[in-house]
Amino acid sequence: MAKKQAPRLDLPWQEVSPGGVVRDEGNSVTYITGTWRTVRPVRDTEQCTQCLICWIVCPDSAITVEDGKVAAFDYDHCKGCGICAQACPVNIKNPHAVTGEMGKVIQMIPESDGDA
Amino acid sequence: MAVESKYMPLDGANAVSQAMRQIDPDVVAAYPITPQTAVVQNFSQYVADGIVHTEFVPVESEHAAMSACIGSEVSGARTMTATAANGLALMWEELYIASGMHLPIVLTVVNRALSGPLNIHCDHSDSMGARDSGWMQLYAETGQEAYDNTIQAVRIAEHSDVLTPIMSCQDGFITGHGVERVGLLPDEAVRDFVGSYEPELTLLDTDRPATFGAWDFTDYYFEHKREQSEALIKHALRVIREVGREYEELSGRPQPILDMFGMDDAELAIIVLSSTGGTARAVARELREKGDKVGVIRPRVYRPFPDDMLVDAIKDCKAVAVLDRAISFGSPQGGGPVFTDLTAALYNHGVVGLPVVDYVYGLGGRDTLPPMIESVYDDLAEVAAEGDRGAMVRYLGLRE
Repeated sequence: MAKKQAPRLDLPWQEVSPGGVVRDEGNSVTYITGTWRTVRPVRDTEQCTQCLICWIVCPDSAITVEDGKVAAFDYDHCKGCGICAQACPVNIKNPHAVTGEMGKVIQMIPESDGDA
Repeated sequence: MAVESKYMPLDGANAVSQAMRQIDPDVVAAYPITPQTAVVQNFSQYVADGIVHTEFVPVESEHAAMSACIGSEVSGARTMTATAANGLALMWEELYIASGMHLPIVLTVVNRALSGPLNIHCDHSDSMGARDSGWMQLYAETGQEAYDNTIQAVRIAEHSDVLTPIMSCQDGFITGHGVERVGLLPDEAVRDFVGSYEPELTLLDTDRPATFGAWDFTDYYFEHKREQSEALIKHALRVIREVGREYEELSGRPQPILDMFGMDDAELAIIVLSSTGGTARAVARELREKGDKVGVIRPRVYRPFPDDMLVDAIKDCKAVAVLDRAISFGSPQGGGPVFTDLTAALYNHGVVGLPVVDYVYGLGGRDTLPPMIESVYDDLAEVAAEGDRGAMVRYLGLRE
């Protein structure tokens, strides 16, 4: 898909699309919703089994997959809902690479602790 | 060039169904409610008989009716519906969605009191509550005018500078069920007048895909609302006037924004919507014969409010009465909406010192008879003579 141009956020009322009709189809990808996040998911890439359940359940298509494997979180669009961490079925054997805690491969950390 | 109308004895509701038959909209989604029932009942018969090409959607409620209308209109179909009173109230949230999305839906309202206590007779409490919903509102004095307004409403709403839904209102039972002589234009004349509906973008146009009714966040909702308001404050009255002139040329029937009687030199004026305008005019005509300088203004358009024209028409009067068929509960002294708008307009146009009295009348179908109108002119004469407005909000036909 061609790279979409982000919608302008500074149009005066005289220039907006009447009724809020969106004429540029598929442009929601350009609308950055990652700023809504208060907690962010982090994944232990070594202990991940690549079951892809997080990719299936993410309601914002914010988990990117390359060559059939989870590649990264799309933090431009992840709203930090935590469904991926909740659905992650893998109980890790070693402390989490990011949080140092036991638990699941995907864990949530406060946004202020991340390097957003 | 005027064409010959064919005159028939019709009640106002049936006159509107005849207008709908001639408009032959793509979709009608409606639910019956007294006193609007006849509109939909007659029209659904035309659908069943194959007289119209309309897709008729018999929905389970008015909420569903307006929802179906929105879906239909956004898909590019010319869409109409009809309701009254609590049915209109049930459409409430959809009214705002229709206007906010610039969907030119035509809704014929047969005005009825909004319960409770339960009442099915005429007043304007139903449509007056919707006066801030972003819809245009026309009010008809007669079944003839309800017919004429409904046909014009299609053109007004669909005009590219307006693209705003419209209510075409008439008084329940009084004109809705009252049989009168109604002139119907030839079918083909109406068909040519309304033309075809060609929206720029529609939901079903896969060559030009677009998203309608999308999430509108803090960063754009405000701008969209301001844009929505522009159609009403800048364009609608001009378009209503233009469409009215064209319709007058076709039908031979004048379509003024303000229907005025005696206002060239009136000292005492009554402003009133819908059928009571006729009663007021009859009384004013008699008083004129006795030499009283009285007048009547019956606005055919209430939304957008024709403030410049109204102020201009009454600014030289000595006293003015507004007749309101609804109470705006909790407004200053419990006056009605027309009074509130009119007095605000006078102040904003710098007309101060003109005494204006509000009369709430006709609630729940209470008859408003000529002697009551005469008493209003008597009151106005007293106000003008004494230079004292007295009670701001009064009641006509109320036992007290």
